[in-house]
Amino acid sequence: MAGKTISEKIISEHAGKELSAGDIAVVDVDIVMSQDGTGPLAVSQLKKMGFCGVKNKKQSIFFIDHASPSPRKELSNSHMVLRDFASQSGAVISEVGKGVCHQILVESYACPGNIVIGGDSHTCTSGALGAFATGMGSTDIAVGYALAKTWLMVPQTIKINFNGNINKGVFAKDLIIYLIAKITSDGATYRALEFGGELLDKLTIDDRFTISNMAVEAGAKTGIFPSDKVTMEYLKSQGRSNCFREIYADEGADYERVIDINCSVIEPMVSQPHTVDNALPVSALENIKVDQVFIGTCTNGRLSDLRIAASILKGKKVANGVRLIVIPASMDIYIKAIKEGIIETFVESGAVVLAPGCGPCVGIHQGILGDGEVCLSTQNRNFKGRMGNPDSFIYLSSPATAAWSSVKGYIADPREVLV
Amino acid sequence: MNNYAQESNSSKILIGRSFKFGDDISTDLIAPGRYFHLRSNLPELAKHVLEDADPEFANKIKEGDFVVAGKNFGLGSSREHAPAIMKIAGVGAVLAKSFARIFFRNCINIGLPALICDTDSIDDGDVLEINLGEGIITDKTKNLQIKFNPLPEVMIKILNDGGLVNHIEKNKGFNL
Ligand code: SF4
Repeated sequence: MAGKTISEKIISEHAGKELSAGDIAVVDVDIVMSQDGTGPLAVSQLKKMGFCGVKNKKQSIFFIDHASPSPRKELSNSHMVLRDFASQSGAVISEVGKGVCHQILVESYACPGNIVIGGDSHTCTSGALGAFATGMGSTDIAVGYALAKTWLMVPQTIKINFNGNINKGVFAKDLIIYLIAKITSDGATYRALEFGGELLDKLTIDDRFTISNMAVEAGAKTGIFPSDKVTMEYLKSQGRSNCFREIYADEGADYERVIDINCSVIEPMVSQPHTVDNALPVSALENIKVDQVFIGTCTNGRLSDLRIAASILKGKKVANGVRLIVIPASMDIYIKAIKEGIIETFVESGAVVLAPGCGPCVGIHQGILGDGEVCLSTQNRNFKGRMGNPDSFIYLSSPATAAWSSVKGYIADPREVLV
Repeated sequence: MNNYAQESNSSKILIGRSFKFGDDISTDLIAPGRYFHLRSNLPELAKHVLEDADPEFANKIKEGDFVVAGKNFGLGSSREHAPAIMKIAGVGAVLAKSFARIFFRNCINIGLPALICDTDSIDDGDVLEINLGEGIITDKTKNLQIKFNPLPEVMIKILNDGGLVNHIEKNKGFNL
């Protein structure tokens, strides 16, 4: 019998029978979540089905992070729907200021071997811990809340090997943008991406979060890492070492494709408007002036991201005519960044630091672009209209490229400043 | 054999005009984030459906018309509001060369037919007749027939029950 991929193992366990790619099964789910954009519809679908509670209270979570704090009454009312339902049903509510759903899931909930379903496409972020984590719509999530079950097709897996060396000025964000440019925005549709290769040990947990986060930008159902020492150390640091277990693919697992990425050739990358796969090395871009730079989100709002950005901004000023917005992805990160003096560095450089949440990422508030304006963001997608204005232009990069560009006033190569 | 709509649509024939779009139509183009506050008011949000791909779409579409697109339709966010407002606006079916995974699943859950087929020969404004039971699209304007891919069995079951909410209600849980 052929060996199993990580996805095949996890889904088989949760279905109570041996499954392989292409099989369809009803499975138990460990964690179900939604956010303030998708939660209210999930609640109304739950009620339509005649359910008034959730099956697994402590693992059913509603996050208020997208419009947080609320910029208008309609959204405040939606938040009230979530609060009421959570208090009635005993589900968990993650309040304004706590942070972005995916970050809190990895900090406090997701464990290796779990199945996590979320009413948000970037639920795949938890795959970095060795969980099978995938995004779904509100109706699927409503059923997940009510029954702690969903149906899944076991995906084919594409194995991605990161090999070679990572160059100076190149970060996990550059690797994943490079990969998506290579396989395109639908290159992994219906597939799982499983990450590994020679560089696995060198990829920190924050690197892995960034990479798994963007798996969906290639259409993937999940982006999963094996769990290892790096995972164990992280869970320990979060006081959750008891949820560690080893998860890895069998020898001889049946992969649909294996893609070897030679990281030695990767330069700092930038995705250009209006798709993530429309990417080039930053060195190939000429004089793209920026109006706004945004460092944050579930992709790149982690402590290591803020650290590198602050190290570049230290003692410098954001260029005239540029707005730099910085948002830590969670309260935990925010507090650590304050203690390290990073937040002070940002404020001194002229940045606007806002409370943990999604911020301007999805065009609701806190930095909507004007007509014709250009934003360089560390977020995960740059679709037309994403940041609230279809007549604006979004470029994506690593936090290092973003920070240096905010100083220069145009999209600039961080290798100029990183020694 | 594609019979996914037999109970809910009882071998229904859909007839309407084609509205043609390109590749990679994202959920941000279908249900823009700047109308986030309208998500609790779907009929209002539906007035902006596909606005950033075609600002006039919501005014032009008539009940039963079709959205016809290239590859990777519905990529991006998990927002079920995107297919939901297409349905509310009157879209009878979405035809595309391929769909993003979450969008496709959402369509089935809410009972909006999402058909995978070669859309190259269909032009904007063509009149189409779709036989869901037989899996055939007839382009009446061009007098052409196009086949679409059958759906997986579980999706057929969900659609036959009239979407996921009805499936769960009827069976008191999953019965796939
Ligand atoms: S930060 Fe952006 S991509 Fe991440 S969950 Fe929030 S809106 Fe979505």
